[in-house]
Amino acid sequence: VSLGLTIAVPRGALLKDTLDHLDALGLDTSEIRTNDRKLLFGDIGVVTMRPSDVPTYVEAGAADVGITGKDVLTEQPERDVYELLDLGFGRCRMIFATVDGPDPSAEALRRLGVMRVATKYYKTAAAYFEQTGRQAEIVEVKGSVELAPLTGLVEAIVDLTATGTTLRENNLVIREELFVSTARLIANPVSHKLKAAAIDAMLEKLRAP
Amino acid sequence: VTRHLDARTTIHPIPSGTRDVLPDEMRELRDITEAVRGVFELDGYGEVWTPALEYETVLGRGGGAPPAYRVFDDHGEVLALRTDMTVPIARLVATRYPTAEPPLRFCYFAHVYRGVRPHRGQNREFLQAGIELVGSPAPDGTAEALSVLCHALTATGLRGYRIGLGDASLYRTLLRSYGVEDAVGDRLLLALVARDFVALESELARLELDDADAQQLLRVPQIRGGPDVLNDAQGPVAEAVAGLRRVHGLLAPEVADRVIFDLGLARDLGYYTGAVFEVYDPALGAPLGGGGRYDDLLGRFGRPLPAVGFALGIDRLHIALAGEEAQT
Repeated sequence: VSLGLTIAVPRGALLKDTLDHLDALGLDTSEIRTNDRKLLFGDIGVVTMRPSDVPTYVEAGAADVGITGKDVLTEQPERDVYELLDLGFGRCRMIFATVDGPDPSAEALRRLGVMRVATKYYKTAAAYFEQTGRQAEIVEVKGSVELAPLTGLVEAIVDLTATGTTLRENNLVIREELFVSTARLIANPVSHKLKAAAIDAMLEKLRAP
Repeated sequence: VTRHLDARTTIHPIPSGTRDVLPDEMRELRDITEAVRGVFELDGYGEVWTPALEYETVLGRGGGAPPAYRVFDDHGEVLALRTDMTVPIARLVATRYPTAEPPLRFCYFAHVYRGVRPHRGQNREFLQAGIELVGSPAPDGTAEALSVLCHALTATGLRGYRIGLGDASLYRTLLRSYGVEDAVGDRLLLALVARDFVALESELARLELDDADAQQLLRVPQIRGGPDVLNDAQGPVAEAVAGLRRVHGLLAPEVADRVIFDLGLARDLGYYTGAVFEVYDPALGAPLGGGGRYDDLLGRFGRPLPAVGFALGIDRLHIALAGEEAQT
């Protein structure tokens, strides 16, 4: 059974909750749960991918709808997709953090006029410091962001945290919270019109408690 | 900017968002534009050219998309590459046809320039084909434009397309009828234009509205489908909905069957006043084009006349045609 829609499903932290929601829609997700190498599940209309690729597939119409985190959507603001529903799960926070003790980013701003900030979320961080009127040199890193302030590469980081454990273990403290991120249902703008009945039926079932 | 790969190869780059068209592709593009041009001419739309460069102050009067490319001329005046053809044709009508008896019918095939993120079917320089029907009010003018649009698309051989039809003033009217101040309403409209119903819902939750009213403000812009969906839209939006029904009633069956009503349709150009529409095809994930009524635009250039028009993206139309061909 499929819903008549191609659904982009995020692998990783959001996968289990996403599949639970798809089960509730009547899809049989058992094969996705057991086979983590297969990417395309044509019989139920599911394609699986990294969360950050979901907006790419949905914008191009390669998938009609998709599920991904608000953190991903915020980092890709130019994507032309509908954001239809806050699914509530995958809750985490985008935060601004430094090492514990006197705030080194404030000291850098005061003395040097600019602070260095490491992040995987370049656009999110740049927009945030622009909006709050602070000059920041954004250093884009691909791996563990927590390492950057400990080595003197930067004074601060912008990163996503769920429990804060990794931050604490690395002697980092949260100075500011940018926003709370949860999983969102997104849709392609043309599918939203041409497959309106299927998308609305899906929305209605997902909204039901 | 010339780069050397090795001793024998030299790359001369072209600007981001532009591209060359070679003969095989050009023949296909020609087939499309000639089919569209034939329909426009037959329906009485005379083709015009306007300068690609205009004075920025003149374009700015129209309120279209902001220009992405500007230069100074030899007198220090700021020139800008046009971002659409609607504003230049509004200027043309006001200055070249100051006393001509309306309605006036023009068509164009012209490149326009926008500072967008280049992706499939969207370059920074791209070819548009479109019409402007000046001096013909709603509903007749709108129905004529929709008919020309469908005839042109059919003439290219496109089969699966649909036209989404909405009203640019509908949501503002709805917000005002529930007593939402315009300053607050602007945030809600911004969420709607951004296609962000999650933000719309949370903004609505912050207003002190009855649950039923908030539900209505969230539900109406998600109404889309055949004529029967309009039965769900009563009350404050009844007037806009009746306007859409009047347009629909004037359409020949082969055009009317293509229409999907969409009460949440919000085009992001600032000059639309009434009916707005977009073209969708299952073979492409983005609209092929769109248009609507801009009854105040000509007045900004000194010749107040109601007007309606549309533009089709030729590259997107080409991709959709190739996609439909691949599916059969």
